[in-house]
Amino acid sequence: MKYMLKIDNLGKSFIIHDLQKHIHGCRGISLALQHGEFIGITGRSGSGKSTILKMVYRTYLPDEGEIWYDSERWGWIQLSQRAERDIMYLRMYEIGYISQFLNVLPRMTAREIIQQAVREKGSSEAEAAAEAVRMLTHFELDRELWDSYAATFSGGEKLRLNIARAMVKRPRLLLLDEPTASLDMHSKMRVRQLIEQLKREGTTMLGIFHDIEFMRGLCDREFKMNQGEAVI
Amino acid sequence: MMHEDTVLLRAGNLSKAYGNGCSRCESPEARNLEKNYCPHCGTVYALQDVSFALYTGEILGIVGESGSGKSTLMQCLYFDQPVTSGEFQLNSYKGGTVNLFEESDQVKRYIRNYHLGKVYQNPMLGLKMKFSSISNIAEKMISAGHRNVGVMQERASELLSHVNIPAFRMKEAPQNFSGGMQQRVQIAKALSNNPPILLLDEITTGLDLSVQAKVLDLIKTIRRDFQITMMLVSHDLGVIRMLADRTLVMLNGRIIEHGLTDQILEDPQQAYTQELVHSLL
Repeated sequence: MKYMLKIDNLGKSFIIHDLQKHIHGCRGISLALQHGEFIGITGRSGSGKSTILKMVYRTYLPDEGEIWYDSERWGWIQLSQRAERDIMYLRMYEIGYISQFLNVLPRMTAREIIQQAVREKGSSEAEAAAEAVRMLTHFELDRELWDSYAATFSGGEKLRLNIARAMVKRPRLLLLDEPTASLDMHSKMRVRQLIEQLKREGTTMLGIFHDIEFMRGLCDREFKMNQGEAVI
Repeated sequence: MMHEDTVLLRAGNLSKAYGNGCSRCESPEARNLEKNYCPHCGTVYALQDVSFALYTGEILGIVGESGSGKSTLMQCLYFDQPVTSGEFQLNSYKGGTVNLFEESDQVKRYIRNYHLGKVYQNPMLGLKMKFSSISNIAEKMISAGHRNVGVMQERASELLSHVNIPAFRMKEAPQNFSGGMQQRVQIAKALSNNPPILLLDEITTGLDLSVQAKVLDLIKTIRRDFQITMMLVSHDLGVIRMLADRTLVMLNGRIIEHGLTDQILEDPQQAYTQELVHSLL
């Protein structure tokens, strides 16, 4: 069985030169994700869950270990040693990331943000417009908000927009960093529906969840962490 | 925007020294000192073995403190200054097979006019302040061989309206304009001959925040509409975060770190980069 993502003995610590300090991120993490599989990472705050996800997305550089990914374009590649330019390609076409933070692009309306994401993938203007309407409707964003600046939205609205932006790209591998952290029950269900739909379509996912209830029935496997190490 | 892997611009071991050097600073060990000037002869090593590649369609950010060599790098690439040594290839000129620093002045002028556009930090350097905005653009077009006044006028008004200069002010001289408008005229001028690469040197420094936002938004639209590749020098990490795909960090004339912009901002490796990022927060 060939894997989509295979992490071998991954370790990361942060050096803060100013304070001459080493901060421990995670150590000895090994994890394999099959095509179409959904693994949920659980653990307390600070146990290194996000660190793993960010290393896969190359926001963090690992200190040791290997991250292998089965890309559509190049086949089996080592993500942590790939050129920056190739990672840019993968981020645009293959790997998506939804963060728990509510960053949205300034001075852009919700509609523009979604359209831009669709167009980056190479779709036409008309397709992008249709997709944006479909997505914004699905996430039940108020119609008046569609053409106002996303930076003025409430937390939940920003989060829904961020999820929509990552999902319209239909990535092969989706990294979810607590995507439902600050959502109400109803919005959570909406996100869940979409995750289920993506799963049916064969998207491989690696997610972090605090809400075990939400995760249950959605993830195929659970990966527990404590103080930067895997709990077996 | 489609992803291409062509290297548009390649710079190899670029070095620039102000001064003749002496026996004490010319040895390679001495050059690895923390400072980039020689205390004995006063030679300043503004660029030391700078190498990088610029790919089609990307925005490459360059950050660093004052005096780290960012602007010198831009000036060398635009042939405003001669380099001491190094290589510079453009894919759009003879397929990137020649070192442009070794070419004649004529070729360099041709490259400047057809293959590169530059926006200076100070509009005084990029524009003739007493000539109208349209003439400023026409000047660049004339240097690229255009002679038809009608064509030049049309192209200039088209570009100026693209950078949101109102039609009734196009014939005014940039000296009557605000800083933000001058910067936008410079951008229009840089675009006039459809260069594949735009060099942007601290384009938002000294502008107030709302005007900065307008200039940055303009850069984004230009990238979308013209599919142009850019190098962006800034010491403002906010600008870099918003625009750059990849970032180089410079210190004392060297590139000390490079990476995807979010990686540089979230997981900086070098002590100086950490200091820089922590200053932002």
